[in-house]
Amino acid sequence: MPQVPIARHLLRAKDLADARYAESLDVAELAKAAGLSSAHFSRAFRKAFGESPHAYLLTRRLERAAALLRNTDNSVADICVAVGLSSIGSFTTSFRRMFGATPTAYRASFPPAAAFARVPACVVRAYSRPLLRTFREDGTAVASVASAAPTPDPGGRHVQDRQHSALGA
Amino acid sequence: MYKIANTQLWVHDQDEALKFYTTKLGMEVRSDVTMAEMGNFRWLTVGPVDQPDFAIVLMAIPGAPVMDEQTSDDVRELMAKGFAGTVFLTTDDCRASYESLRARGVEFTEVPEERPYGIDAGFRDPSGNSFRLTQVADFVNA
Repeated sequence: MPQVPIARHLLRAKDLADARYAESLDVAELAKAAGLSSAHFSRAFRKAFGESPHAYLLTRRLERAAALLRNTDNSVADICVAVGLSSIGSFTTSFRRMFGATPTAYRASFPPAAAFARVPACVVRAYSRPLLRTFREDGTAVASVASAAPTPDPGGRHVQDRQHSALGA
Repeated sequence: MYKIANTQLWVHDQDEALKFYTTKLGMEVRSDVTMAEMGNFRWLTVGPVDQPDFAIVLMAIPGAPVMDEQTSDDVRELMAKGFAGTVFLTTDDCRASYESLRARGVEFTEVPEERPYGIDAGFRDPSGNSFRLTQVADFVNA
């Protein structure tokens, strides 16, 4: 049987980064998936894919974080954790270095996530209907309104991740 | 006008590929013919049991005179890096197919996830060829 190229083992590590970036995955675990020592692994990975495994994993995470900032209204802290990072400080620093803006500023430069939420028309109609508080039976002439803006679920977060899978990646 | 009959994937090792595509993916062998007059070229095709008119040719990476050594190495390397292409499978029930393939020993690189277009998962064959397993959302079909 022909010898399997070393890149096939490196690909296992790359697949692992793609699949489990949301967990506290590190380069040591990627090296293990490839069956190589950490130092040898990093060199071999860079040679095969043109960037270090650390850079690959980090950019994979930051890409997800950017998508979550655009498409959800989850907090920056929640997003940091959701992409497998634990320090908000270093998340913010890396994010700014990669995208040229802090997570908060980046989010502010896009339309609010609610604009992307595909809430069915029946829900919008039901939840944004003003609440008629009086039928003038108590002599008050003013009808108050439940809320000025449609807020379907004030306590909940509107998670509408519009991510598109990287086909074949 | 015409139909697609076969499509070809490079594989590192035909025996290993045959085992994976049949015992793990559950495909059937359509042809397995070795031609001595062609330098023992082996025409090996497999296909899904429920789709008799389409097969995948599991093609060994040739050496000279078909490919010079450098080109063979380049192809082998590209496949190993996972950049040799993707087969897109479709299923009525992605999670059920995922469970049954996993039970047969297929190692998934991505578990089933909801996408705007449906539910899909991903895995690779032993050579690094990528596969998607997609359950297309009804509204896309409509």
